[in-house]
Amino acid sequence: MSVLRRIPGWGYAAVTRWFAAGALAALLAADLAVTSLHPWADLRRLLGGLLHPDFPAVEVWSVVYTIAFAILGVTLGAGAGFVLAIPFARARSVRLVCAGLRSVHELFWALLLMQVFGLSATTGILAIALPYAGICAKVYSEIMEEADLAALRVLPAGTGAVSAFVYGRLPDVAAAFRHYTLYRFECAMRSTLVLGFIGLPTMGFYLESAFRQGRYTEAGALLLVFYALIGSRRLWMRLATLPVLLVASVLALPRTVGTTHWLASLGRFVTHDIVPSPLRSGALLDPATWSRLGLWFQPILTQQILPGAVQTLVLAQVALVATALGALLLFPLASRRFAGPIGQPFGRVLLVVVRSTPEYMLAYVLLQLLGPSMLPAILALTIHNAGIVGYLMGRHADDLPYRADAPTGLNLYSYETVPRLYGQFLAYLLYRWELILRESAIFGILGVATLGFYVDAAISELRLDVAVLLIGATALLTMLVDALSRTLRRSLRLTELPIRLSEPRHGSAPNPPLRTACS
Amino acid sequence: MLRRTLNGALLAGLGSLVVSGPAGAQERAKPAFVFTGIPDQDESRLVERFGKVATYLEDKLGVPVTYIPVKSYPAAVTAFTNGQVQLAWFGGFTGVQARKASPGAQAIAQGAEDAAFKTYLIANTKTGLTKAADFPKAIAGRTFTFGSRASTSGRLMPEYFIREAFPGKTPDEVFARVGFSGDHSRTIQLVQSGAFEVGAVDYSVWDLDSKAGKVDPKEVGIIWESPPFPDYQWTVRGDVDAIYGAGFTDKLRAALVGITDPAILAPFARSKFIPVTNAAYAPIERVAKSTGLLD
Repeated sequence: MSVLRRIPGWGYAAVTRWFAAGALAALLAADLAVTSLHPWADLRRLLGGLLHPDFPAVEVWSVVYTIAFAILGVTLGAGAGFVLAIPFARARSVRLVCAGLRSVHELFWALLLMQVFGLSATTGILAIALPYAGICAKVYSEIMEEADLAALRVLPAGTGAVSAFVYGRLPDVAAAFRHYTLYRFECAMRSTLVLGFIGLPTMGFYLESAFRQGRYTEAGALLLVFYALIGSRRLWMRLATLPVLLVASVLALPRTVGTTHWLASLGRFVTHDIVPSPLRSGALLDPATWSRLGLWFQPILTQQILPGAVQTLVLAQVALVATALGALLLFPLASRRFAGPIGQPFGRVLLVVVRSTPEYMLAYVLLQLLGPSMLPAILALTIHNAGIVGYLMGRHADDLPYRADAPTGLNLYSYETVPRLYGQFLAYLLYRWELILRESAIFGILGVATLGFYVDAAISELRLDVAVLLIGATALLTMLVDALSRTLRRSLRLTELPIRLSEPRHGSAPNPPLRTACS
Repeated sequence: MLRRTLNGALLAGLGSLVVSGPAGAQERAKPAFVFTGIPDQDESRLVERFGKVATYLEDKLGVPVTYIPVKSYPAAVTAFTNGQVQLAWFGGFTGVQARKASPGAQAIAQGAEDAAFKTYLIANTKTGLTKAADFPKAIAGRTFTFGSRASTSGRLMPEYFIREAFPGKTPDEVFARVGFSGDHSRTIQLVQSGAFEVGAVDYSVWDLDSKAGKVDPKEVGIIWESPPFPDYQWTVRGDVDAIYGAGFTDKLRAALVGITDPAILAPFARSKFIPVTNAAYAPIERVAKSTGLLD
């Protein structure tokens, strides 16, 4: 990527134009049909369910498992991430492993882990822990790099490495670590909820059933309970309560129904199931085996990977630009300056609710309402991400110092606020790009013809070798977009701007570092 | 009430294993016997039928029996191949998949109706398509939904008949849009609502849903009945005799074949279960290979 350190001559306007043009072109290629005839009737029933929730129908243990999987998954993932963060900056191999871990979506991890560990707590926890280890390693390492080294320099000569780390570095980064890690729990609860859609006993299991069978009062109750959990996270998920929650989570874990011979399954999975089928039987030294491998690979490349990748990019591109428009429309709602002291809290609650809704679930519901096309997927990604970016932009808008005689309303919005926040806005969007792409690939499981569509087919046909190859291709695409996004951010000199949401807010700093969201 | 049963079933399963965890060490000989079924139709009906089967088998076999619900066809196959469940109610194709991946596994019983099962092609009445004896070639160019990707009557066989009717073409090339609804009840809903114009559905689920008043004849109707093929069956793992004692497979087969209670059979839409062997599903395996769904 060193060639691409900078793309010369690209400013905010050029990037915006290119992305918008890309989205327009993608829109022409996208399938946007509404095939359901009664979307409004269903939507009314869904809203009715939210207004008249059937709380007694909520399965309490599913709520417990949702929290327990999240807590144990993040703890394991963050622990491993912390260990990996130490060599992260120096060892290329560690960076590659972490990039690989985090570029595979939790749901793909769960689908693979299910082959070995069955429908069990192990599958649920590892599906969170593995990608989160990769993400945490990267973020922890960044936090350490940004940290002040002054304390380290004044340590007496001969101080051991461990002491130097504990006394010189940790105090400076501890607060950032804590905030980021606690924030990950919110992301993890969204992830565990979604794992229920493929059969793990979390709230998603019951939500899927309720949606599928049209029991909207139960679905409404489950959703409200979930929003309450996310909304109250800061109250019960603290450093002090963590040990108690950890022990309780371990005790509350569901025991596996039936026994899985996981060691034997793991052996078979690694040495047989995921080995490309031509290599399983043929001798490795025989050239015929390798030509058979070529014959095996070619149709997968031309009929699955390439069309799937194109559809994934099309969906992600349209959704990214729609997110941008959505965020520009929504952020005044969360800003005191625009919405006023009474409107702003409502705007914020609205955006937090939107942000708390997992996009996979949103896509699932919209697919039921609108029928199978790319439209529900675009809407789901846009609603979720515009909620996140809009919320953050609203906070930035209020932190800007304005002149006393600043204009108001539309003039302020278009001539001052948006231009001043535009760099920050692009930084957020470029950062969301990779996350939107990861999610776009996953939506294939729901029937949109992105890469996940072919993964789902391969798993249905028990062709795990093909599934793993496709997941690998998805990961590669994600990493490419991530690299391109970073190059663009560097080229636009946006790398110093905050992109994650978990950093503590330092009082009334003029430009408080915000760190955003799950990824 | 039905969802309570589902919740109850799942939790009883999870709960009983919490209890049997430490106790399991003492009574190693008899771990709970766990089974599942492919989620081919409305979940409430699955919970009803498998809940009753669990109670019945527990009584006949003398071991604790648990039903574990899954969300997809491949999840049922995986649970079987990695040993999480010992018994499963599979479709023709999922059964072939499972037995291929788990050597020693045997098909032991099928419904009396499964020896000659049928697929219905159904169409929204607005299409103007009507019932005929010959394959309705007029469905070309319409939107079409299968059931689950790994369904026998909702995917494998209809795809086979479509390829026969339109030689050299895949379903993607025959239809304007191809979808996978996930299960048969959903296929009926989607065609009835007009989301898809034509669909392929398991005839027994069609009959059950018609009886339950979920099918509106003004909106959706059968346009074609397929030739017969073998379908659903109970498949058991090869290692159950080693775990639960010699002769367990035979005992299990006898128990399933001996079900006479209409309350158990009705939610299956089967008159009784009859013994069967793996060989009965050779035609399904051939079709699966010819359509490229199996290597």
